[in-house]
Amino acid sequence: MMPKHHPSDALLVAYGSGSLGEALSLAVATHLARCPLCRAAAAEIDALGGALLEELAPEPLAADALSSLFARIDAPDGWMRRDAAPVRLPAPNPCRALDGAALLPEPLRSYVGPGMDQRWQRIAPGVRRIEVMPRTARGGTAHLLRIAPGTALPHHGHGGTELTLVFAGSYADELGRYTAGDIAEADGETRHQPIADSHEDCICLIATDAPLRFTGLVGRLMQPFIGL
Amino acid sequence: MFATAAQPVTPPPDPPPDGAAVEPLAAALRAVAERHDRQAFALLFGHFAPRVKAYMLKLGMPQARAEDLAQETMLTVWRKAGLYDPARAEPATWVFTIARNLRIDALRRERHPEVSDELLEQQEDDRPPADALLAAGQRARRLRAALAGLSPEQAEVVRLSFFADLAHPAIAERLNLPLGTVKSRLRLALGKIRKALGDEDP
Ligand SMILES: [Zn+2]
Repeated sequence: MMPKHHPSDALLVAYGSGSLGEALSLAVATHLARCPLCRAAAAEIDALGGALLEELAPEPLAADALSSLFARIDAPDGWMRRDAAPVRLPAPNPCRALDGAALLPEPLRSYVGPGMDQRWQRIAPGVRRIEVMPRTARGGTAHLLRIAPGTALPHHGHGGTELTLVFAGSYADELGRYTAGDIAEADGETRHQPIADSHEDCICLIATDAPLRFTGLVGRLMQPFIGL
Repeated sequence: MFATAAQPVTPPPDPPPDGAAVEPLAAALRAVAERHDRQAFALLFGHFAPRVKAYMLKLGMPQARAEDLAQETMLTVWRKAGLYDPARAEPATWVFTIARNLRIDALRRERHPEVSDELLEQQEDDRPPADALLAAGQRARRLRAALAGLSPEQAEVVRLSFFADLAHPAIAERLNLPLGTVKSRLRLALGKIRKALGDEDP
C-alpha cells in the first residue's frame, strides 16, 4: 500500500545533498524503499545535484593526477584483487525470516540485525525499545519502538528534527494518523502526544538528529524518554 | 512573396543537439564498463575530477583532501562503471552521488543509507517504461534551463543546501529568514524543476 505521509521537500533535499545525518537519512532511505513517489522525487534531487556539479568552475588537479590514478589501478594489490571479494553484503541469516525483522525493509533491516524479537527492552509501561544505531558523533540516534495498543507516549517537544516511520500498527497525534510506510516529521516547533491507536502493537523507527544543535530555539520541554 | 524573397534569410541558430555534453560521457562510461577503456576514462577524468574537486572545496575541504576525494571518486567511477544505468540517471548525477557519499564517509565516519539496488530491481515494474523517459541529454538540458529560471532567492537556497553543508535551520539563520520561508523556497524551486523534468513539454 502506498504511504500517505511523505517527507517534506526540504527533508528530501537535505538527504540528497548529504547534509542530513545518518540516523535521519536511515529513516528517509527506509521510507524510500516503500514509496515509489518519493523515490522519483529523490532521483530528481540527485539530478539537481548533478546539474549543480556540472555548473561548478573546474578546479585543476595535480598534473600527474590521472597517471597516478592509473598507477593505483595497476598496482598488484589494486582494484582487481580487492574487488574480488564481494562488496559488503551481509551474510544471509537463516533465522532472520523467522523473526520480526522480516517486516523491516532495507536498509533498516541490516542496521537492526538478526534476533530482533529477543532484543526488546521495556522502558515504560506498554513501551519497548531496541537501539538501532548508537549515537553518532554528530548526535543522531535511531531506535525501534514497540508500543502496546492504547498506550500514549508522554507529550513532548523536540530539540531538533524527529522522524517517525511506522512498520506495523498505527498511531495518531495532533498532526495526523500514521500507518505502515508513513513517515512523520516533527521539528523544534512541534509538540505532540502519539497514541498507538489500533489493535496490534505499533512498531516504528524513531530517528533524531543532534538535539543540542537547536538549543535556544525552543525550550527543551521534555525528553520523551531517556536515550531518545 | 517578392518582398520577402529579397530579405536576407537568417536561419535561427542551431540549438545545441540534445545531449551534446551528456552522450559522450555516457558512452565513455559504457566503454570503461565493457572493456576498461583508458582513453574513455581519461575523458571522464578530465571532465569530472576538476568539478568534484571544486565541489569538495566549496564544502570547505582543504586543498589536499579535496584532491584526494576527487581521486577516490574517479577510482570508484572506474570500478563501478558497470553499475551505471543510463536509463536511471545522467552521468553527472551518478558521479555526484558517488562524490557525496565518499565525502560523508570521509568526514564523519557516517554512512549515507540508500535504497538497495536489489530492491529497485525487484520493483522494476514501478518505473516508467524506457520509451517514456526523456533522453538523458534532453533531461540535462531541461534541468539546466529550470535552474537558470529560478528566482535569485530560490537559487540561493538551493545552492546553500548542496554546497554549505548546513541543515536548513542553520541556512535560515544564516540568511536571517524564518525556517518556513527557506522550506517554501525549496518547495517552489523543486516544483519548477519537477515541471521541467515532467513528461509534458515545457
Ligand atoms: Zn513517500
